[in-house]
Amino acid sequence: MTALVSGACQAYGGPGPESGRMRNSAIAASGLRKAYKDKLVLDGIDLDVETGTIFSLLGPNGAGKTTTVNVLTTLIKADGGTARVAGHDVATETKAVRAAIGVTGQFAAVDELLTGQENLQLMADLKRLGSGEASRVVTDLLERFDLTESARKLASTYSGGMRRKLDLAMTLVGRPEIIFLDEPTTGLDPRSRRTMWDIIRRLVADGVTIFLTTQYLEEADRLADRIAVLDQGHLVAQGTPGELKRQIPGSHVRFRFAGDLELGTAMRLLPGATREDEDDLIVRVPSDGGAKSVRALLNQLDAQSIEVEEFSVHTPDLDDVFLALTGHASTKENAR
Amino acid sequence: MSTDSAIMLRRNFKHTVRNPVTVFNAVLFPIVLMLMFVYVIGGAFDVGVKYVDYVTPGMIILTICYGLSATAVAVNSDMAKGIINRFKVMDISRGAVLSAQVVATVLRSLVAIAAIIGVAFAMGFRPHASLPEWLGAIGLVVLVSFAASWLIVALGLAAKSPESAGLAAVPLILLPFLSSAIVPAATMAAGVRQFAEYQPFTPVIETLRGLLTGQPSASDAITAVAWCAGIALAGYLWSLATFNKRA
Repeated sequence: MTALVSGACQAYGGPGPESGRMRNSAIAASGLRKAYKDKLVLDGIDLDVETGTIFSLLGPNGAGKTTTVNVLTTLIKADGGTARVAGHDVATETKAVRAAIGVTGQFAAVDELLTGQENLQLMADLKRLGSGEASRVVTDLLERFDLTESARKLASTYSGGMRRKLDLAMTLVGRPEIIFLDEPTTGLDPRSRRTMWDIIRRLVADGVTIFLTTQYLEEADRLADRIAVLDQGHLVAQGTPGELKRQIPGSHVRFRFAGDLELGTAMRLLPGATREDEDDLIVRVPSDGGAKSVRALLNQLDAQSIEVEEFSVHTPDLDDVFLALTGHASTKENAR
Repeated sequence: MSTDSAIMLRRNFKHTVRNPVTVFNAVLFPIVLMLMFVYVIGGAFDVGVKYVDYVTPGMIILTICYGLSATAVAVNSDMAKGIINRFKVMDISRGAVLSAQVVATVLRSLVAIAAIIGVAFAMGFRPHASLPEWLGAIGLVVLVSFAASWLIVALGLAAKSPESAGLAAVPLILLPFLSSAIVPAATMAAGVRQFAEYQPFTPVIETLRGLLTGQPSASDAITAVAWCAGIALAGYLWSLATFNKRA
């Protein structure tokens, strides 16, 4: 499966001896391994995240994303390998690492029996902010995350999107320099997702480093400076979104025909047409998916009076990335 | 570390205020039980003294035990939510979340015990304890509550779900019935009697009963304190180990 990974994408793969880069690294991991009983979850992970950038770890459920975050945030110990976060070893300098990071996990870590304001106040207390600074920080965060109106309502009454926002606001109370976001938008509606993206972008503009895990290619693509693709505990590719997307098939249009005759004619007629599967009557044609090019394709078929039973425009998603990079579909891991 | 615990205790206090049903439950159920035993069932028992005088120390201990299930559920549901991971990553002293739960549980049971003693007095309970004996009784009650709380925190952490955590408290609620809380152990059937004589609640209840009637027994007191210290230590160590293991 490594055969598909281009040289460009591996250039920054392992920190190795290139210690010159390390100084600028917010996160540097090498050879991280972790197994639960006999199941290997992380099998030699090398990461290098530059300060002030967004790094996205992309992978399906069960790929090892959360385990990676847990190791880097000192929640669990790796069985092998080393990792430095904010210049401190995660295994031996946990206190210093914890002082530098903020973590927003997959499940909103808010106290549902407290109000939004009390949740933030709790964080301010635990970070030992003075009462003046605490109330300033709390008010500011409530405002920034558009939660002022609900500040005095219990977090249990919040919507999913509001909870995530409160969660992230709580993470920001101590002004962490590195923020880990473990699937911050999973389960959110599209509008809340966009709001979250805006918030993340603003954080990076303030100089924060972000380590983001996601199952959505679109999310990584829109936010990340660099993406690493994780599959069954292995990094199968690393690179900028552009570099990664060059490795995966672009958008295409799928046509389903009524019979072999139509299919055969269409295959000859349409440039670059390929059959999806030997058994069904589906043809894939590369296309940018725009109205103009789709209309052109349909007109070509129409001119030959070829009946199209069904057609759909397909843009690359995580499955395509996986298929291209690993030779198998991402959904297989979901079944476990 | 103590500051972390104080912050966490404030959090627990707010939880209790938001969800006062746990306090009502901890206060009301023992009172109902007390009324039942003294006015309905107790009349048939011959324990040598006025039954309300006999049963009140047992009811005090039962009150402590009854209040534990709320703690087990609270501890467990805390673990099930992400908030504990947040605390862990923030480098808060490991024990703070748990010791705050223990202190909250002890305070809650003291409120419930004050209520049950008030009811007992209204029902004709007449202790003969001197001031030092009262202080000793209060000290013992706090110690028992402290030990039982650490044990229930450990059980709550070890349970797989909040529901099973609630069930984990059931043996602790039943145990006082198999002691000299309700009737003297000597009146029980063979087998049960030996169990009742050697289980921790009997020396605890006998010590409390001795203190309140003005006839404290030193040997019972030593056994009771030793049991409490042992249970508290075991519960504490088990809690911490389980807490660190659960991500």
